[in-house]
Amino acid sequence: MAKRKLKEHHIQREWCKGCGICVAFCPKQVLEMDACDKAVAVRLEDCIACEMCALRCPDLAIRVDVEKA
Amino acid sequence: MAVKDYLRERFFPHMWCPGCGHGTVLNGLVHAIEKLGMSKNEIVMVSGIGCSSRISGYVDFHTMHTLHGRALAFATGIKLSKPELNVIVPMGDGDALAIGGNHFIHAARRNIAMTALVMNNRIYGMTGGQYSPLSGYGTIATTAPYTNIDQGFDVAALSMAAGATFVARTTVYHVHEVADLIQQAILHDGFSVVEVLSQCPTYFGRHNRLGGPVEMLQWFKDNTTRIGSKAAAENPELIQRGIFMQADKPEYCTEYDKIVEQAMAAAKA
Repeated sequence: MAKRKLKEHHIQREWCKGCGICVAFCPKQVLEMDACDKAVAVRLEDCIACEMCALRCPDLAIRVDVEKA
Repeated sequence: MAVKDYLRERFFPHMWCPGCGHGTVLNGLVHAIEKLGMSKNEIVMVSGIGCSSRISGYVDFHTMHTLHGRALAFATGIKLSKPELNVIVPMGDGDALAIGGNHFIHAARRNIAMTALVMNNRIYGMTGGQYSPLSGYGTIATTAPYTNIDQGFDVAALSMAAGATFVARTTVYHVHEVADLIQQAILHDGFSVVEVLSQCPTYFGRHNRLGGPVEMLQWFKDNTTRIGSKAAAENPELIQRGIFMQADKPEYCTEYDKIVEQAMAAAKA
């Protein structure tokens, strides 16, 4: 299977309620909570574009765009 | 269509608590619809009352927010008059099985083609954390401070006994399964039940000292397994996920049309 490549990782801050689910279950620890308790992607170079954060986000605040091979 | 196009973005951020699993169910549902490539006009969502039932406000399909527990009755009317529409009925555990228990078993018995989505967080969240028929023995709720002595229903077993022809269960930790099972349930020609175990960190989690949303999701991961897996055989305590039943039985609207034809023919003769 072709390797998935991240195009853009988008977090809609106003929708994020800071539950921390994306941070806890990211397989590559790409995300962290900031001082305002909102999720931010701090290590995007490690992102494998699995989209688990976007799928698990209860606030539907995350969108992961994957580069088309 | 993109996932976002199925949402009524003007109502976001939604009203659910931080870390509420219902948002993840909504997320899985819109992904399922997007994968099916359905148009917004071919779907009707009918919901009752409760935290879970607020889901109908956030999707840009035909939606109807009805009475507590009676969503399936309204949905039956819609399906009978417009059988070409895909009817989805999201319900909470109390909405589906306490207040709406009778509607639930009889809709299942008739095998009318619709998707009943039971968003099971084991508590009445909206009204302050009272125990529901799915809280289960030994749990704590606002109305059971010394532990609940009521036994819980097994939604899958109940649905199968009542006559549902597609019965599945998963959790909001297993998001790919949520989207996949909802897709299959929508495509199934008959009464489909998808139970999604969802977390209520505000009431169920706090009363039962289960930690926050992350710990509750971890619990779903640790305490469930696929139907028929080795882990299930070794530990019967594990909750099983997957499709319990997929059967072919006469569908209600199709049968109803046949009766109409027969009656018309008899009237002409």
